Amino acid sequence: MTTTQAAASGKQLGEPLLEVKNLKMYFPITAGAIVQRKVADVKAVDDVSFTVHRGETLGLVGESGCGKSTTGRAVLQLYRPTAGSVNFDGTELTGLKGSALRSFRRRMQMVFQDPYSSLNPRMNVRNIIGEPMSIHGLHKGSERDDRIAYIMNAVGLNPYFAKRFPHEFSGGQRQRIGIARALAVEPDFIVCDEPVSALDVSIQAQVINLLEDLQQEFNLTYLFIAHDLAVVRHISDRVAVMYLGHVVELADSNELYENPLHPYTKALLSAVPITDPDLERTRERIILTGDVPSPLRPPAGCVFHTRCPIAIDECREEIPAWREATPMHWVACHRV
Amino acid sequence: MAKLLEIKNLRTYFYTEEGVVRAVDGVSWDLDEGETLGLVGESGSGKSVSAMSILRLIPRPPGRIVEGEILFEGQNLVEMSDDELRHVRGNRIAMVFQEPMTSLNPVLTIGEQLTEAIKLHLHLDQPEADKRATELLEMVGIPEAPQRLKDYPHQFSGGMRQRVMIAMALSCNPKLLLADEPTTALDVTIQAQILEIMARLSKELGTAVVVITHNLGVVARYADRVNVMYAGKIVESGSASDVFKKPRHPYTHGLMESVPRLDATEHKRLFAIEGQPPLLVEPIPGCSFEPRCAWRIDRCKTEAPPLELKEEKHWAACLRNPMVDAQTVVPAAAQA
Repeated sequence: MTTTQAAASGKQLGEPLLEVKNLKMYFPITAGAIVQRKVADVKAVDDVSFTVHRGETLGLVGESGCGKSTTGRAVLQLYRPTAGSVNFDGTELTGLKGSALRSFRRRMQMVFQDPYSSLNPRMNVRNIIGEPMSIHGLHKGSERDDRIAYIMNAVGLNPYFAKRFPHEFSGGQRQRIGIARALAVEPDFIVCDEPVSALDVSIQAQVINLLEDLQQEFNLTYLFIAHDLAVVRHISDRVAVMYLGHVVELADSNELYENPLHPYTKALLSAVPITDPDLERTRERIILTGDVPSPLRPPAGCVFHTRCPIAIDECREEIPAWREATPMHWVACHRV
Repeated sequence: MAKLLEIKNLRTYFYTEEGVVRAVDGVSWDLDEGETLGLVGESGSGKSVSAMSILRLIPRPPGRIVEGEILFEGQNLVEMSDDELRHVRGNRIAMVFQEPMTSLNPVLTIGEQLTEAIKLHLHLDQPEADKRATELLEMVGIPEAPQRLKDYPHQFSGGMRQRVMIAMALSCNPKLLLADEPTTALDVTIQAQILEIMARLSKELGTAVVVITHNLGVVARYADRVNVMYAGKIVESGSASDVFKKPRHPYTHGLMESVPRLDATEHKRLFAIEGQPPLLVEPIPGCSFEPRCAWRIDRCKTEAPPLELKEEKHWAACLRNPMVDAQTVVPAAAQA
């Protein structure tokens, strides 16, 4: 039984591996020719809390600019969060520096969206996968080559190609190299940031299956960031929906997709066409008007109220509380 | 009834240093007035080149239409003089491109760009053209249209720019609209807005639409008929309902099975089509899908399958008849 099937049948969640509390990631906007002074903040991530349990996949969905990638990077301390706490396996990461942080970096890796720009074109596959090992002092000498061959096999690359360079591979194969690099240091936790968005659908399926197999084999925990709602449902045990820097809803993936509570989640789900022409003819669509507001000037109250079909006065004034509406189903909305 | 568009045995080749790329290799299809056709396939399958060939927008060199006829309202576009073609382009046939960011000229106002074709094709003077441009912007749902005409593209969001592109395409009441991945660069809620606008307007104005996309959901929702392309050829053609519900080509079937469905409550491992699409520089004597096909037999290697009628108004190019019932038939490879 795969983990996702287990989730569907009401799997018990493992112990928490990553706990994110009230995470804020603001980017300052500065002005001034000589003396730079801060004039505003881009509130990319604003007060986000969630937990990722050992062995599970937490999906993070939302549209471009909603802060999902920033959340992933702030969790890994690639950006130092403005405020809030990121607790990984019992250790608070936000204050860590130097070698203490580096030792945690070995346990937390990332797979990037673009398999073209995320691999150094001047390094061959052997060096790409070997570099994180040398940084963390793992597998010295001939043992390293064995390990590289082992990982290449695990991600479905022929070790015979270890001397080749990224440009000699197709998009899907490059994404396998990116995954192999993440696996090189035997991490517990991987942030997958849109890992299949740049790939054609038939190749996408290969990579998704690979990620699922690797999760089983190496007991990995994923934070899976994507904008494709169908892919996220497929791979995730639980799903969090982000809008303009906030998580607006979080639940078990089947629960979220079958009983969405937040009006944004409902609109998002109805906007995605299903590959069934007969069903599509009868499906009701909620077409949201307008665009996402700028995170530089997020709306007061609920950030979604400017596009929300059911907004009332309260929504314009008060930030909705993050609460458990039904067991294990969290939402931030005044109207639920 | 006469067809609006009839493509007969079209071959568009690119003469590159690596050899002749047979991007579109003997493709025939047609389109009725007011009909919406989906052209589906992965990158490199020849779907964009087909559309570009219709408007003769193939860069030459290296590209060339080497064979075939493209009959639009009975006239062969392939043999038309450049002058004659200019009266068709943007007037009777319009195109919407994938990249709303790069398809607009950044140094001209929206109004200038929108009125250019109107003045040229409809012979209107500037005030009349401005009036028409305002109507068009209102038609695609851009508020405060008279003011927005004076804005530059960078003052518009991605979704707004794509609306401008649609307004521009529809400005001369074309009979045929070619939409090449019109929503691929956009978020799902914006994608839904744009597709609704396109569907509504094509219905109101009686415009026939060819939607080129790799997104099967978009086709399922909006297309009446579907052509599936693989390696420069049409491998399956039929009504959207037939093609999606009863695919008759192993590639189409694989494509359907490789995308997770948004409404899937059970976790099913994705069906991954192994391998890569072929490079089109080498002539392929048999079926181009043969190396990746689970139903292949020896004959597939040597015999090119013709696109033949499998049942009423449903064509497929496959020597085998494997998917009479896709659910029960087991691939030959799996049986062995």
